[in-house]
Amino acid sequence: MIFEVTPSQTVGPYFAIGVPFPGGNLIVPDGTPGQIRITGSIYDGHNEPIPDHVIEFWQPDGDGRFADIYGYGEQSTLPGFRGFGRYGIEDGDGSYEIVTVKPGRVPGPNNGPLQAPHIDVTLMARGMLHRVVTRIYFADEAQANAEDPVLAGVPASRRDTLIASATPDGYRFDIHLQGHGETVFFDI
Amino acid sequence: MSTTNEQPETDTDGVRRIYDPVADTPLRYRRDPPEAHPSLDYPPYKSTQLRHPKEPLVYLPHTVTEITGPQLDRTLALKETDHDLTVQAQGEPIGERIIVSGHVYDTEGKPLRDTLVEIWQANAAGRYDHRWDRWAAPLDPNFHGAGRCLTDSEGRYEFTTIKPGPYPWGNHYNAWRPAHIHFSLLGRAFTQRLVTQMYFPGDPFFPYDPIFNSVRDEKARGRMISTFNIHQTRPNWAQAFNWDIYLRGPASTPFEEAF
Ligand SMILES: [Fe+2]
Repeated sequence: MIFEVTPSQTVGPYFAIGVPFPGGNLIVPDGTPGQIRITGSIYDGHNEPIPDHVIEFWQPDGDGRFADIYGYGEQSTLPGFRGFGRYGIEDGDGSYEIVTVKPGRVPGPNNGPLQAPHIDVTLMARGMLHRVVTRIYFADEAQANAEDPVLAGVPASRRDTLIASATPDGYRFDIHLQGHGETVFFDI
Repeated sequence: MSTTNEQPETDTDGVRRIYDPVADTPLRYRRDPPEAHPSLDYPPYKSTQLRHPKEPLVYLPHTVTEITGPQLDRTLALKETDHDLTVQAQGEPIGERIIVSGHVYDTEGKPLRDTLVEIWQANAAGRYDHRWDRWAAPLDPNFHGAGRCLTDSEGRYEFTTIKPGPYPWGNHYNAWRPAHIHFSLLGRAFTQRLVTQMYFPGDPFFPYDPIFNSVRDEKARGRMISTFNIHQTRPNWAQAFNWDIYLRGPASTPFEEAF
């Protein structure tokens, strides 16, 4: 017997009382060798920053190993590696910031050819009845990006919305929910 | 690596008790059918207007990044009081004490153990302990309104809390939200992530709430409504409501995933 899924509802305006947690944006412990900072802003259809949003991240460590709930696959041995990040603000300027390491490459669909380094992203906010899902890729991985089986499925003219640009201490990745330069969101 | 076609060993009632990290890690998940979730573009809920993508979504094949997920119990250092919202302050909160419990399953009916369940809610008067909530209802100094727990080895969660009140909001003239508790589920995999709201049976505001009705299918709306359960009430102590949550399960055949 197949059951039907429970429907999604908006995270609403008051998630800040229960969702964010201290250090939630530390995907690795602060001070981890090789750590990077990824920052960005979230914009609505009028290109205004969204001041209330929850953004979550999921990724492997630099060796392409996850810290999986049930220990699936080879597990990360990076000390304190959580692989998961959550940044939730209630009256911010639309920006987020996470501390992490650049992910390694992992197999593609059906355990096929390697994917380019990427981070899976969930974004939720008041006014969003369901999450949206996107991916962060990295500008300095041109060769890997060119071979990536997921990017290959994205219209070429929109691929750059998934590519984070380099900054002095990491990368910048902005998200445009709607309109000009709209970020690619995935049907997951 | 295993495939989802392997027949899992089952308990006497046909439900597999424990998630095996290999046998029960599907390589692909079932795609949610259309109408299972609200559309991101739903004009009756006005704030959706500038916050929904207009371009079509791009198909994402499920890879190891999508079929894995985090374990957060150590990060969050969960305490016994985290799942009892009535004992988190000096005194007792005002309102109807209730026990909210149920199971987290996938769509094959397999329970998800050790998965994080997070809730947040308004107090008995329908007011959130949040500085943006300016509704003229009293705050309760003994009620903050947030809780967390992990499901047990059978996928069960339980919270003790206060029944939240309905509250007005600014979407349209005389708009009210039916009483609800916000739920956040991490599931076992990135694909299963779900944030939703649990409602109470027979709420008179149901017909008027665009958020509840953004789920267009009546049966699907019904899956967000808890049921009263006399057998789980605690005599002279608390009412009880049950609510089971279903996260997407494995794609049952290779044909369900064409990639
Ligand atoms: Fe609410």
